[in-house]
Amino acid sequence: MTDCPNLLPSSLPRPPGELEQLEAAWKTPTGWRFLSSVNNTNIGLLYIGTSLLFFLLAGVLGLLMRMQLAVPENTFLSASTYNQVFTMHGTVMMFLFAIPVVEAIAVYLLPNMLGARDLPFPRLSAYAFWAYAIGGLAFFCTLFVGLAPDGGWFMYPPLTGKAYSPGLNADFWLLGIGFIEISAIAGAIELIVGILFTRAPGMTLAKMPVYAWAMLIVGVMIVFAFPAIIAGTALLELERAYDWPFFIADRGGDPILWQHLFWFFGHPEVYIIFLPAAGMVSTMIPTIAGTPLVGRRAIIVALVAVGFFSFALWAHHMFTAGLGVMKMSFVSAASMAVAVPTAIQVFAWIATMWRGKMQATAPTLFLLGFMFIFVLGGLTGVMVAVLPFDWQVHDTYFIVAHLHYVLIGGMLFPVFAALYYWIPLIDGNRLSESWARWVFGLMFGGFNLAFFPMHITGLLGMPRRVYTYAPDLGWNLLNMLSTVGAFIFAAGVLLFVVDAVRTFRKAGKAVGNPWNASTLEWLPSEDYGNRSIAHITSDDPLWEQPALAQQVVAGQHYLPGTVTGRRETIATSPVAALPRYLLVLPGDSWWPLIAAAGTAGFFLLLTVKATIAAWICGVVAIVGIIAWLWQSDRPPPTTQAQVADQLTLPVGAVGSASHSWWATMIMLVVDATIFASFVFAHIHVSMRLTVCPPPGAAQAMPLWPLLSSGLLVAGSALVALARRAVGRAALPWLMIAAMLCLLAAFGCGFNGQRLAGLDPTANAWSATVATLLAYQGLHVVGMVMIGTYLCARAWCGHVTERSGATLDNTALMWHYTSLQGIAAAAAVYLVPWVMA
Amino acid sequence: MTVPLQSVLHPAGPDAAIISQFAWVLFGGGALIFALVMTLVALGMGKQTRAVRPMRWIVGAGVAFPVAVLSVLLAWSTWRSGQLTAQSAQSAQSSQLPLVVSVSAKMWWWEVRYRDPAGGPDIVSANEIHIPVGRAVYVGLNSADVIHSLWVPALNGKMDAVPGRVTGLTLHADKAGIYRGQCAEYCGEQHARMALHVVAQPSHEYEAWFARQRQPAALPTDAFLLRGRQAFIDQRCSACHTIRGVAGADDQSRPGPDLTHVGGRAHIAAGTLRTHRGTLAGWIADPHSIKPGVRMPAAAGMDGEALRALATWLESLE
Repeated sequence: MTDCPNLLPSSLPRPPGELEQLEAAWKTPTGWRFLSSVNNTNIGLLYIGTSLLFFLLAGVLGLLMRMQLAVPENTFLSASTYNQVFTMHGTVMMFLFAIPVVEAIAVYLLPNMLGARDLPFPRLSAYAFWAYAIGGLAFFCTLFVGLAPDGGWFMYPPLTGKAYSPGLNADFWLLGIGFIEISAIAGAIELIVGILFTRAPGMTLAKMPVYAWAMLIVGVMIVFAFPAIIAGTALLELERAYDWPFFIADRGGDPILWQHLFWFFGHPEVYIIFLPAAGMVSTMIPTIAGTPLVGRRAIIVALVAVGFFSFALWAHHMFTAGLGVMKMSFVSAASMAVAVPTAIQVFAWIATMWRGKMQATAPTLFLLGFMFIFVLGGLTGVMVAVLPFDWQVHDTYFIVAHLHYVLIGGMLFPVFAALYYWIPLIDGNRLSESWARWVFGLMFGGFNLAFFPMHITGLLGMPRRVYTYAPDLGWNLLNMLSTVGAFIFAAGVLLFVVDAVRTFRKAGKAVGNPWNASTLEWLPSEDYGNRSIAHITSDDPLWEQPALAQQVVAGQHYLPGTVTGRRETIATSPVAALPRYLLVLPGDSWWPLIAAAGTAGFFLLLTVKATIAAWICGVVAIVGIIAWLWQSDRPPPTTQAQVADQLTLPVGAVGSASHSWWATMIMLVVDATIFASFVFAHIHVSMRLTVCPPPGAAQAMPLWPLLSSGLLVAGSALVALARRAVGRAALPWLMIAAMLCLLAAFGCGFNGQRLAGLDPTANAWSATVATLLAYQGLHVVGMVMIGTYLCARAWCGHVTERSGATLDNTALMWHYTSLQGIAAAAAVYLVPWVMA
Repeated sequence: MTVPLQSVLHPAGPDAAIISQFAWVLFGGGALIFALVMTLVALGMGKQTRAVRPMRWIVGAGVAFPVAVLSVLLAWSTWRSGQLTAQSAQSAQSSQLPLVVSVSAKMWWWEVRYRDPAGGPDIVSANEIHIPVGRAVYVGLNSADVIHSLWVPALNGKMDAVPGRVTGLTLHADKAGIYRGQCAEYCGEQHARMALHVVAQPSHEYEAWFARQRQPAALPTDAFLLRGRQAFIDQRCSACHTIRGVAGADDQSRPGPDLTHVGGRAHIAAGTLRTHRGTLAGWIADPHSIKPGVRMPAAAGMDGEALRALATWLESLE
C-alpha cells in the first residue's frame, strides 16, 4: 500500500460526530476520579512516577550508608540500623525501582509505538500498578518502625530463617516481594500479548521496533525467571511460619537450595533490567544520529541470545560456595561468552554514530554516559567471570563497584536519556537543555568518584555489607572519596527533580516530533492514542511514510472512530500483523484499585498477624475481582465491525484466537515453572540423601496417587464435556461434578500421604513432598472458586457461543491442574526410583 | 604506610600471587579495550558522517574480536588456574602431607582446631590460625549457624562456610608475617567485626608455638593472678569458655572461644581489640558496648579488683 490517497484504508470526509464519539469513549476522568483510569497513558505515568519515587527513597538510603562509611569506626548508624538500611537500599532499588521503571516505560510507550490504542488488559495493568504502589509504600514504611528486613537484598538462609531472624522483618520482605511478583508477571503477560497481537496492521515482526523486540524478550524472560523466586519465597515463608525445614541442614535441608532458586531468578533479572534500556538506546541513537540503526537484525538476534543465555549463568553468583570447580568452569566460560552479544550491540551503536551525525543534546549526554559506564562495568564483569579472580573479589566492594557500573550505567543512564527524550510526549514541554548539562556533569562525575574507588577498596580487602571498618587497613581515603562522590551524584538527581517539577508546571503545548524520530509514538495522540490506527510499510515509518502523521490525524487509516461506542483497538496476527478482529477493551473502573488495596491489605495484615482484618481485606479483594470480571466476557453488541472502507472484521474472538486465551496460557507457563521449581527443590533435597525416602518418612501407597490421577482425568473429561454444552442446562452440573472429582482427587492424594505419616516438619524431603501436595491443594481451592464463578455465569445466561472466554480459560486452567496433580504424584514416586 | 595486611594486590603466598597476577593482567587488558572502545565512541561524536560497512562492525568488532580475546583469556586463565593449589581434601593428600586445620565459623568468631600429630585431643583455639611458612595448610571449613566465608586475601581467595556442608581452602604463605582476614559473607549484626589473623612462622618457631599450645594453662604462683583464676571459676565463665587446666577440658563443644592461650593471641573479639588487660577488662565488663548483639553477657556484679585480676590472669595465658 502506498501513500496514494485513494488507496488509504479509510476515505475522507469522515462522518460528523465520529471523532467526538471516539473522544467520549476514551475521555480521562478529571479530579480524584482520575484514580479510576485504566488507560495505559495514565497508568504508565503514575507507574513511572511511583518507581522514580522509590529511586529517590532508596537513593537516600544509599546516602545514609555512605555517611556511615565516610570515616572508620563511625557511629552515625548503629549496626542493626545500618543492616536494615543496606538491605532496603538493595531491595527497594532492585524490586521497587529497577524492574518497575522499565515495565512502566513500556506500559506508557509501547502501545503508541506499536500503533495500538492501549494495552490488551487495561484493568489488569491498573491492578498491577496499584498493588505495587500500595504494597511497595507500605513495605518501605517498615523502616520507620524498625521492622525493615535486614538479611541483605538476597536474604540467604539460615540467617533469614526463624532461628536467626525471629522478628517480622524477614516476613515483610517475603510478602512484600510478593507484590512485585504479581505486578511483574501481569506486566509480562500484557507485554507479550500486546506485542504479538495488537501491533498496527503491516507492522510485521521484522519491521517491529527494536525496543518492542527487547520488551517481548523481557516478557518471556520474566515468565521463566520470576517463578523461581516465587517458589523460593514461598518455601522460606513456609519454613519460617510452619517450620518446614527446607534450608535447615540439621533436618536434611540445604541453604544452597535457596541460592539456586534465588539466582536462577536473580541473574536473568539483571538482564530483564538491562534489555529494555538497550532497546531504548537502539531507539534513541538512530534518531539523534539521523540514520537508521546499523545491524538492526544482528541486534535483535543479540537480544534473543542474551535473553536465552542469561538463564545458564546463575551459578556465577555462587562461585565460592564450594560447588565443584569443573561445573563452575562451564559457568565461567558461559559468563564470558555472554559478552559477545553485548559487544554486537555496542559496536552496532557506535557504527550508527559513525554513520550519522550525533547532536550533543541532553539525551546524547546520557547516552555517552551510558557507553562509558556500562562498557566499564561489562569489562569488570568479564574479570569476575574468571574463577580465581572472583574467589578473591566476590562479596567485596569490587563487586559493589561492578554491579553499580552495570546497573547505573546500563539502566539508569539510558532511563535518564529516555526521560529527556520522551518527556515531550506528555504535554509538549521539554526539560531544560542547559540544566541538563549540569545534571549530567554532576551525575556522571559524582557516580565515577563514588564507585570507581570501590574497585580498589575491594581489592584492598573490604568486604560487602559491613557497617564499619578498622582505621588501619588503608580504606579511609577511598571511602571518603566514595561518600563525596555519592553526594555529588545526588545533587545531580536533585537538580533533575527540580527541573522536572518546573517543566510540568508549564502549560502544555503541541508535541510535534522534536527529535525527528521515525517511530510511531511520535504520531499525534490523545487519550485515544492515534485518531486512526496506522497502516505500516517500513521499520522507520515516520521517515519513510512522511505523510503518515497527517493521514492518521485525518482519520484515513484503520478504525478512525469507535464501532461499539466503547474503547477498541485492532487485534492482528503475530507474525505478519494482518488484521484479525476488533478487540473491545474495558473502560475506567474502580475495581482494580479496590481489589489491589484488598490484596495488599490481606498480605500485609497477615504478616503482622492481624488475622481478622486481613481476611476482611481478602474478601474485599475477591469481591473486587469478581465484580471486575463479571462485566467482562459478554457477547459484543455487533458481530461485525467496519474498520476501513474495504475491511470488515469480526468483533471479538473465541477460543485460541482470543487474547485472553493466550494470557491464560502464559499464566499457566508461569504456573508450571513455579511447579517445576518446587520439583527442583524436591530433587535437590533428595539428591543429598543417602537413603531416599529418609528414615522416618515413607512413600504413600501407590493406590492413592493412582486413584487421585484417575479422578483428575475424570474431572478434566467432565470439563471437556462441559465445553461442548455451551448454552445448555447441563453445563453447570457438569462443572459441579468436575469440582467434586477434583476435590476427591485431592482427598485421595492427601489421604495417601496422611496414611504414610507425612510430617513436613520432620525433614526437608517430607517438607518438599508436602509442598507439592499443598501447591496442588492451592490450585484445587482456586479451581473450585473459578468453577463456582463459571456456574454462576452459566446460570445467569452469560456463557454463550460468543462469550465463551470464561469457559475456555477455565478449561485450560482445569486441564493444567489435572496435569500438575499427576506430575506431582509422578515426581514424588519416580525420584527415588531414578536415583537408585 | 606499611604494606596493607588484607590486600589482594599484596600477596604473601603462591596462590595469592597467581591471582594477583590475574588481577593485573585483567586490569591491563580491560583498560586497553576500554580505551579502544571509548576512542571509537569519541570519533562517533565527530562532525562528519561516514560510510560504514556493517559487517565489519557487527562480525568483525562485535563477534570476532570478543571471541578472539575471550578465547585467549579462557585458555590462559584455565592454564594458570591449574597451577593453584587444588582446593579439595582429596588432592591435599599428596606426599607433602599438608597440615590440616579445622575452622568452624560461628556468629561472630572463628573456632580453630589443630589435629595433634601425637594423637592427643584436638588443640582448640580461636580467631588466629598459625601456619608454618612454606607449607600448604589445608583448612577444612564448616559453619555452626549461618553461612560465613573465610577470606585471607594475602594468601588465597575465599571459601564459604555453609551449614550442612564441609568446604576447604588451602593457605600457603611463603614469607613470615601476620595476615588479616575477614568474614566475607553477611552473617548478621556483627558481620563487620568478624576478622581473623593468619600467623605464618618459620618452621622452628611454629613447632615451638605448637608445643606451647598443647600445654594446659599453668597454675599461677602470683596471688593476684590466682585471684583472677578464681574469678573465672566464680563467674562460671566455663559455661561458655574452655580453659584446659581450669575447667571444661572435657571435649564438649562450648558456645564461646577456647581461652587456654588467649593471652598469646594478638587480638580478642575476632580481631576487634588488641589483647591486653585493659581491653580484656572492658570486654568482660560489657561486650555489647564494643560489639552490640554479641552472645556473651556482660559481667554481673564483679567488683573492679576482681575484674582487673581476671583480665591480668587471662593476659598471662600465653
